Amino acid sequence: MQAITALPYAPALFLQARLLTLSGVDIAIIALYFVAVLGIGFYLKRYTKTGEDFFLAGREMTAWVAGLSFLAANLGSLELMGWAGAAYQYGILAAHWYWIGAIPAMLFLGIVMIPFYYISKTHSVPGYLKLRFGEPSRALSAISFGAMTVLMSGINMYSMALVMKVVLGWDIRFSIWASSVTVAVYVGLGGLLSAIFNEVLQFVLIWLGAMLISIIGLIETGGWNGMVARIHQNWPGQDYTHLWSTLGSFTDNPMGINWIGIVFGLGAVISMGYWTTDFLVVQRVISAKDLRSAKLAPIIGAAFKMCVPFIVIVPGLLALAVLPEHLTGEAQAVATGGHSYNEVLPMMLARYCGPGLLGLGITALIAGFMSGMAGNVSAFATVWTYDIYRAMIRKDATDDHYVSMGRWCTIVGVLVSIGTAYLVMSFLSIMDYVQALFSFFIAPLFGTVLLGMMWKRATPAGGFWGLLAGTASSIGMFAWVKLDPSAIQYVALSSAAKDMAENMYRALWSWMVCVLVTVAVSLATRPQPESELVNLVYGCTKIPSEGHLPVYQRPIFWAGLVAVAFVILQIIFW
Amino acid sequence: MQRQGMVSIWFFIGALLLAYGVLILGAALFEGPSEHPVVLAELHAGIWWGVLLILLGGLYTFKFMPGRGK
Repeated sequence: MQAITALPYAPALFLQARLLTLSGVDIAIIALYFVAVLGIGFYLKRYTKTGEDFFLAGREMTAWVAGLSFLAANLGSLELMGWAGAAYQYGILAAHWYWIGAIPAMLFLGIVMIPFYYISKTHSVPGYLKLRFGEPSRALSAISFGAMTVLMSGINMYSMALVMKVVLGWDIRFSIWASSVTVAVYVGLGGLLSAIFNEVLQFVLIWLGAMLISIIGLIETGGWNGMVARIHQNWPGQDYTHLWSTLGSFTDNPMGINWIGIVFGLGAVISMGYWTTDFLVVQRVISAKDLRSAKLAPIIGAAFKMCVPFIVIVPGLLALAVLPEHLTGEAQAVATGGHSYNEVLPMMLARYCGPGLLGLGITALIAGFMSGMAGNVSAFATVWTYDIYRAMIRKDATDDHYVSMGRWCTIVGVLVSIGTAYLVMSFLSIMDYVQALFSFFIAPLFGTVLLGMMWKRATPAGGFWGLLAGTASSIGMFAWVKLDPSAIQYVALSSAAKDMAENMYRALWSWMVCVLVTVAVSLATRPQPESELVNLVYGCTKIPSEGHLPVYQRPIFWAGLVAVAFVILQIIFW
Repeated sequence: MQRQGMVSIWFFIGALLLAYGVLILGAALFEGPSEHPVVLAELHAGIWWGVLLILLGGLYTFKFMPGRGK
């Protein structure tokens, strides 16, 4: 999930002088990165001939490549910088978005849901809805996903260009065009294959570029305990270092949320919705070479996801401990000319990194942006070509025609994203609405897909009306709170609740509306014969046994280990 | 994944890390001080990180070099 808190707030940023100056070697490192990703795109074009190659990377990915790419597509620049800023603002509570807000859902995807996606041979999540619930559900899901994906891509693009302007003084239009044209070229040439290859490369660079901040920062503070002591000294009376113990009430923590919102809103609905039904990430997993690899991919992704707080949350906490100035929200930063939360990561990079390392750190941020954007455009190209163009416009073209459409669609997707970036530049408030719009579809979609996979009695009418009702209720609640801010006491069950709590509770209610409507309409309509549900629903799908494999080769074994590590982390940081 | 004749992604990663390691190590050894103040500069992080990248990159470049048997 991208940081909903986030970056997009230009005014303060525009008022400041740039933070860093790059040396020749830093520029060489960044230039080499661009050469590498473009080179990989040109190299892989020869291996991308059929629709299966272009849209699903030939379904030949190993578990490791699919798993790392699955995670990298999510690890965009907003994710890196937005959550580092959130860690400064909210403390270790931000780690919930990496742990309970990701790990259970990723394991659930790997163990429970992937068999249905994989065995049904669908090429996309809307494609699964078509098989399970028919064309109307697919159309609703495909159109909303396609529109939201390019819009989000544009917003990410703008935010990244803005950071490049502030950090390095680069022209905002140059950053937008240079990065997005690069992504368009390498994804347009090699499709998902190229996107995945580059995402694995980007994943490695993100880690190697960002990890040093935490290592040197912890040396400076004398380790974790030293960092915590300094935070308590700098921020007396506030608790930034406990994960669960402050969640008893909305007023005990800086996020203004309670444990119910985190566990049920974030952990059970938003996170499940994002990680199991957002095609941006699911596409990477269904490109795996066999069912076992597809099940292992999210588990590998979960193991690494659990470690991401080390490069995102720890820098935010270190900033609380070592930065002499107190960072503020955007409005105050504008008024005082100071720095805002969102600049934490570049500021920490500047604090610890000299020539060369600085270039690597900036490359990590650019790589994060590109992996996120490539994820968006490759998923958009697939959904547009298969679920909109082939389903509604031209049903009987050749495979070559669809590949060609995918390549053009990649370029058009990038151009539309650039258009969105320019639009956001002119009307910054759009950003808040589009981020909210994206969240409208995720929670109800999870309800629809989950019932589709787990409940034979769910009917096409139930699936469609449930999805529509869930989405409409989410939009309704959002509009209600916008028009009457006091309505948050009804949506989030407390007048002390803040925006984050509202997001969590809105997701929870819209998911429940979706499930209730799906169940009610399904029970009122004629059930589908079981012959139509083969390979789509639990109880009608023969899932290959893994009993013949040694224990250490079974996905469930590794999922269990990751789950145990997850629980231990919760206890350590309780 | 590894199609017939396709160079492994790990080779590309290894080669890039190797090049980065050389550049970062070279910068740490031969470039002057940073234009902005760097905290804990006395740790010489550029040297250690450059060496790490060279070792990691060299290992992957060698292990996944095209033409080297599986």
